[in-house]
Amino acid sequence: MATQPFMPLPGGLHLPTFKTLSASRPLAEAPLPAELVFPLQLRGGINAVPTVSAGQRVLKGEVIARAAFENLPPLHASSSGIVRCIENRLLPHPSAMEDLCIIIDTDGLDEALPLQPRRHFSLESRETLRAWLIEAGVLGLGGAAFPTGFKVDPGKRRVDTLILNAAECEPYITCDDSLLQHFPHEVLQGAIILMHILSVEQCIIGIEDDMPEACRSLENALRARAYSGIRLQRVPALYPSGGEKQLIQILTGREVPAGGIPADIGIVCQNVGTAGAVYRAIEYQEPLVSRIVTVTGHGIHEPRNWITRIGTPIAHLTAASGGYTNAAERLIIGGPMMGFAVSDDQLPVTKASNCILVAGHEDLPEPPEVMPCIRCGACAEVCPAGLLPQQLYWYGRADNQERLEQHELFSCIECGCCNMVCPSHIPLVQHFRASKGKLTLKRREREKADHARVRFESRQSRKEEEKRSKAEATRRKREALNLNTPEVTHTEAN
Amino acid sequence: MLGVIALVLIFALLGSVLGFSARRFRVEGNPLVEKIDAVLPQTQCGQCSFPGCRPYAEAIARGDADINQCPPGGQDGVDALAELLGVESKPLAAEPRAEAGPVVALIDENTCIGCTLCIQACPVDAILGSAKHMHTVIASECTGCELCLPPCPVDCISIVPVKTGIADWKWPAPDDKVA
Amino acid sequence: MKEYLLILVSTLLVNNFVLVKFLGLCPFMGVSRRLETAMGMGLATTFVLTLSSMSSYLVNHYLLEPLAITYLRTIAFIVVIAVVVQFTELVVRKTSPLLYAMLGIFLPLITTNCAVLGVALLNIQSGHDFMQSMLYGFGASLGFTMVLVLFAAMRERIDAADVPAPFRGNAIALITAGLASVAFMGFSGLVRG
Repeated sequence: MATQPFMPLPGGLHLPTFKTLSASRPLAEAPLPAELVFPLQLRGGINAVPTVSAGQRVLKGEVIARAAFENLPPLHASSSGIVRCIENRLLPHPSAMEDLCIIIDTDGLDEALPLQPRRHFSLESRETLRAWLIEAGVLGLGGAAFPTGFKVDPGKRRVDTLILNAAECEPYITCDDSLLQHFPHEVLQGAIILMHILSVEQCIIGIEDDMPEACRSLENALRARAYSGIRLQRVPALYPSGGEKQLIQILTGREVPAGGIPADIGIVCQNVGTAGAVYRAIEYQEPLVSRIVTVTGHGIHEPRNWITRIGTPIAHLTAASGGYTNAAERLIIGGPMMGFAVSDDQLPVTKASNCILVAGHEDLPEPPEVMPCIRCGACAEVCPAGLLPQQLYWYGRADNQERLEQHELFSCIECGCCNMVCPSHIPLVQHFRASKGKLTLKRREREKADHARVRFESRQSRKEEEKRSKAEATRRKREALNLNTPEVTHTEAN
Repeated sequence: MLGVIALVLIFALLGSVLGFSARRFRVEGNPLVEKIDAVLPQTQCGQCSFPGCRPYAEAIARGDADINQCPPGGQDGVDALAELLGVESKPLAAEPRAEAGPVVALIDENTCIGCTLCIQACPVDAILGSAKHMHTVIASECTGCELCLPPCPVDCISIVPVKTGIADWKWPAPDDKVA
Repeated sequence: MKEYLLILVSTLLVNNFVLVKFLGLCPFMGVSRRLETAMGMGLATTFVLTLSSMSSYLVNHYLLEPLAITYLRTIAFIVVIAVVVQFTELVVRKTSPLLYAMLGIFLPLITTNCAVLGVALLNIQSGHDFMQSMLYGFGASLGFTMVLVLFAAMRERIDAADVPAPFRGNAIALITAGLASVAFMGFSGLVRG
């Protein structure tokens, strides 16, 4: 089954993986925490409106908040309990801002909502299945957390291939590996459902060649039951092969156009965890209330993978993993390359949290002093998106918006490869993030200005029209009142 | 003598060719004004001393106005105009507003008497309401130009900063102090 | 044929008008901050140079020489060049108002570009016929455009770089121009004679 991948990743880095840290212990279900925290912030800058109030008892899987006007996935309670309050809490977000969250005190009973019987998914229409996915709160579990129900609705675009992303390229993280070893059939069944919704006949599972147990598990599962159209494809273990656009390019040779989405070239890519969640949502009506989280790093005594309820405080997971060691220095949500540091371990696990990295000194050494750019070009050699980080850096410093856009700043996936190889230790990704923020702000301001201009001009023309019709009416009235009245001197202000 | 006559004839010929071309390639209006207007922030506030953004753009194109008279555009706006016109940038003429960041107008509904004076003043129709009925500012349309404040007879309009959440948050620039 | 190729190579590289003959430095320094403006200027100058070298040859050959008024050559050429430049200005204003605004005063200043008058006079001096004059003008303008574009590309990068304060702007540009000029001396053996 292992044929050659289509084309190698341009750039990329071989990183030491440290995956054995968390892979040595078996996957287990994390104990229920005493409280669950659900931030209300949704994509697009709006807050979900709570559908429950303080003191109310909720069951596992019950909807606790919804977007008021948009059709977005709702929030569900991940265990039964009483809603304690809805209050401002620190968010698990790099901004360290606070905003409203629903806090639930669990009662330990873990009572779930009763399920309604459902027909086999192939008997339902595709719109119904997508609506079920939205209603079940299924989001992309690879990190971007995009609502799956929308992703599998390509609209007018023609899609011919489903790709499952099992290429867990970031060091330390083993949650997908763990999922594939323990629940391969859930992933494959999920793939079958996704293929049905997308009406595609082929599915490629891209997996890194340094995940042998997961490979074996998938191969056995594929042999055990008849999964038609699904094939496994090993790719060389290279960071960041697991990036969506990168994996698509490696497996199929097709490049996602700048500013476009994979559906533009006929492909939909889903994380294997998402496929598992799709299966549970469609087959068992189970909303997305848990995910596998890797707790790892030299700062934790027993690094391992946990099946965690969404909303579990990080402190609960780290305590269950043996607690902090003396080497613990920083707390990172995510991996060492693309995660962000947080200051508080009471923050909750969200659907986008794939890893809690308690970093010791050897995991994330202090960055050395920054030196001037020597224009060596090492950054351009490793960029997996084929960009010129050196040019982006210099134009970013000069705030040259036009050249930044021409050099495709927004195609940067912020993987951090350029940071790692820069001999002057320049924090390139941070510069690019700041530049992207400035550019987005400018674009938004320009849109606002154009919009205001349209309103102003239409108001001007309305005023002109009013003045004209008033003058016309006055003229007609004066005529009707006949011409006896001599030409009154034009005293009215014109 | 002959030479002078010949030259004068040639020059007359060339001159008439030029005259015909000038008529043939005549340009109506000034398309540059569109480009300048596209850079301006469209708050129509009048702080540049012109009655709106387009008159200011026209003045710049004519050469009657300087490029640094627009406070809502900020220093970024002045730089963009300098870039567009190929001239040296210069500092903003006026001091920027006290609060940083976007602002909108807010009507105190307890005090509003429904006189519609602010509605008539708003250049982008961002105030909703009618005579003797409650007025309210449509925050998403308000540009913060402050033209509604002077006409209000009961002084019930205030300027407040726009509430920002994590969707508006941007990564800060790293502070690497390189020489 | 070979002779025309020689003229082209010579004006493009060996005797490049900007970096070797040091003519036309005014637009070279003034219009080279942005790549798009530099390309526009190069195209405008190409148009002017080719047209003016052809028309100045015609004026010289059919008017000045037969009537023995070659002492009026400078005046006649200047007028011809001015007319061509005015015509170019009208065309540019119509087709690309943005380029017109960006070039600003440098568009009519092509009239005083010593490279343009230089080409016209050098054509006479070298005794070129019509075809040779046109190619000479075209090659000179291509060389001008090429150097202008290269220099603009370099200046854009320099403007974004960490230049010490006393050198920023035109100072570092002139130093770069000097270095580019030294580099072009490497072409001097390319064409024999």
